[in-house]
Parts: sequence; C-alpha cells; structure tokens
Amino acid sequence: MAIMKQTLAALAAVLLLAPVLASAGTPKPDLKIENPGSCIAPVPEMRRNHMEMLKHTRDRTLRQGIRGEKASLNGCINCHASKTTGSVLGQGGFCQECHTYAAVKLDCWDCHQPKAGNHEAVGVKP
Amino acid sequence: MSEPQDRIENKSRRSFVGAAAVAGASAGVAALAPGLKLIEVAGAAPRAPGEPASSAVRWGMLIDTTKCASGCDACVKACATENGINETVKDPRQGSQWIRKIDLKDPKTGQEYSLPMLCQHCEHPPCVDVCPTGASMKRADGIVLVDRHICIGCRYCMMACPYKARSLVHMPLTEQNPLVPRGQGCVEACTFCVQRVDRGQQPACVEACPEKAMLFGNLNDPNSEIAQRVAKEKTTQVRADLKLNLGVRYQGI
Ligand code: SF4
Ligand code: SF4
Repeated sequence: MAIMKQTLAALAAVLLLAPVLASAGTPKPDLKIENPGSCIAPVPEMRRNHMEMLKHTRDRTLRQGIRGEKASLNGCINCHASKTTGSVLGQGGFCQECHTYAAVKLDCWDCHQPKAGNHEAVGVKP
Repeated sequence: MSEPQDRIENKSRRSFVGAAAVAGASAGVAALAPGLKLIEVAGAAPRAPGEPASSAVRWGMLIDTTKCASGCDACVKACATENGINETVKDPRQGSQWIRKIDLKDPKTGQEYSLPMLCQHCEHPPCVDVCPTGASMKRADGIVLVDRHICIGCRYCMMACPYKARSLVHMPLTEQNPLVPRGQGCVEACTFCVQRVDRGQQPACVEACPEKAMLFGNLNDPNSEIAQRVAKEKTTQVRADLKLNLGVRYQGI
C-alpha cells in the first residue's frame, strides 16, 4: 500500500511538472549579430522570408545573370559571420543556431562558402 | 544526315536577329558620344547591377594551338585557383577537371599538338538536352552552366557531353571561393569564369596563359578581336560534324 502511495505521488509530481518542463522547452537560440543595424529588411520580415528572398535571387542570378541583388548569402556573411569562428555555422553560428532550434535542414553552405575569411580570395589577378 | 528542322529554322531566325542587332548597333554607335562605342557597353564592360545577360552577346574563345606549349599547365592552375578546385581526392579519377591539357600526335606525320580542352559552350548543348531536371542550362549570352540548386547528380549530362567536359564532385567541400559555390553531389564544368566575365574581366585561364594562346570575347560583336579573327583566319570546331556550333574554336589542329 505504501509503495502504491509513493508511486501515485511520483506520478502526480510528473504530471504536475510536465507543463512546466514543456514551457521551459529547448532554450531559445542565443544569437549574436556581429555588425548590427545594416540588415536589408526589418527583423520580423527577415525571420519569415529570408529563404524566399534568397531563392528568388538565386534563380535570377544564376539563370538570368543578374548581379548586385539586394539579398545574397555573401551579404548575410558580411554581418553575421562570427568574429570568433569566422563562420555562420558551428556552435553559436548565426545560421546554425536557429536552424537547429527550428529543426530545419540547412544546406546552403554545403556549396556556398560559410566563412568570412575566405571572402577576399577572388580572381587570380583581381 | 540532314539537320533537324527546328535547328534550321532556329538558324535563319538567329541570322535575322543577328542582322537586326548589327543594324541597331551601328545606329547606336552614331547616337553615343565620340570615343564611346556601343560595343564597349555591350561587350567587355561589367554589366550594371540588375541587368540580365543579353543574347546580343555570344561569349566565345579562340585557342591557338601553335602557341600552346606542351608541358605548360598555367591555364589549368589558374582555373583551379580562381574556381577553388583545391580538394584532395582519394581516387584521381574523381578529381574535377574544368580544363585539362591534352597532347596529341598525328601518327602518320609525327606532328604534335598541345591544347587545353574545356567545356565548348555549345550553342546546342547535348548536356542541356538530356538533363532531366533542367539544371543544365544555357544563359542568354551563350554560357552553359549547371544550376546546382536543382542538379540531382544523375550524371546524364556527363554521358551526353562529347567533350568529356563535366565532372561530378564526389566529396564534401569546405574551401570554396565565395563567388564560385560548388559542392558534393553536383555536376560542374567550366563556366567561362562567369563571375569574372560579369565584372568585365577575362576568364582566369586566358589571363594566365604566358603564350597568349587563348583569346576570349564576344563573337556577336563584329568589332571584337575574336570576331575579326574568326572571320579572317581558319578556325576549327572539334567534332564539327556534331553541328553543335561551339563557343570554343581552335587554330592549328
Ligand atoms: S561541351 Fe559538353 S558540357 Fe559544355 S555545353 Fe557542350 S555538351 Fe555541355
Ligand atoms: S547531373 Fe545534374 S546537370 Fe547533369 S543531367 Fe543530372 S541533374 Fe542535370
């Protein structure tokens, strides 16, 4: 009987605590913006639409040859690459933090260079 | 073999459009300020931001094999530097070759040639014909590219290309040039250094050749050096029998 009571108490504790634990949830991404203030759009718009902006740009740039678009991954890097790691990926990386939190696969940087340091390597004789 | 009907129609349409463009261009030259030719605007100058590639331009290359030295691979090295082709592959057959040097010998006469082979930027590219996703594409100015965003790495285009111009990236990459995205699972080939051409520069190989054996320019511009040379001198398309109308022409073969 005593064991039964204990089990019930434990169960009740779990049930009562569950919502509290759930609201604590996964910690929110801790984002550090290295060069704040020069984003191409307000934060809420960027949060919701950055993927669409980049997708339209990529098609125009590659297929039509239009250069100098407002949205560009190299543009993202200029402000968002970490000054410590030089990258938007990895622990605390601007892109990775949020994408891990939202569980959205991030594959832009499989092909595009994610590190700011490599940005000057352009042309044999620039 | 007779030419497919659509291709013939295409050609006559093209020569009509070409003639119209030339007529427009001479009118344009007259209208512009002295010393500033329309050709310079449409040709070598960097395209203004927001302006798409234009079909008034057809980028092409002329390679003089009589100047090209056997054993020299300056063009191959410059290509690798510019395009960030720096990965170490486990099997040499997996390495990307955007441009490679080929030494040839005529067994009857003993005459030897050396030449760089690269994507010929066909006007009728078989790689684009066979691509099941639409990733292989030709830009308005004749540059043939792979849209890696939608390439599935099936390699049909590699099989279709008569010039063995394409490679598949077999491994994850990390040291790309920021202006030349490339990565595992996509097919790639020479882009005529599209990132440089759009800024008004020459492809890296052309700039690096110590013998000045390569010439790059706008074949549609009658005043460009390349157009004038192909009009006056004998030039050859490799496997011209395929009727692909290549953007790259050779001399001395
Ligand atoms: S040379 Fe090969 S890869 Fe280049 S356009 Fe022609 S078929 Fe395509
Ligand atoms: S490998 Fe990519 S570019 Fe080539 S045919 Fe397949 S999808 Fe098209």
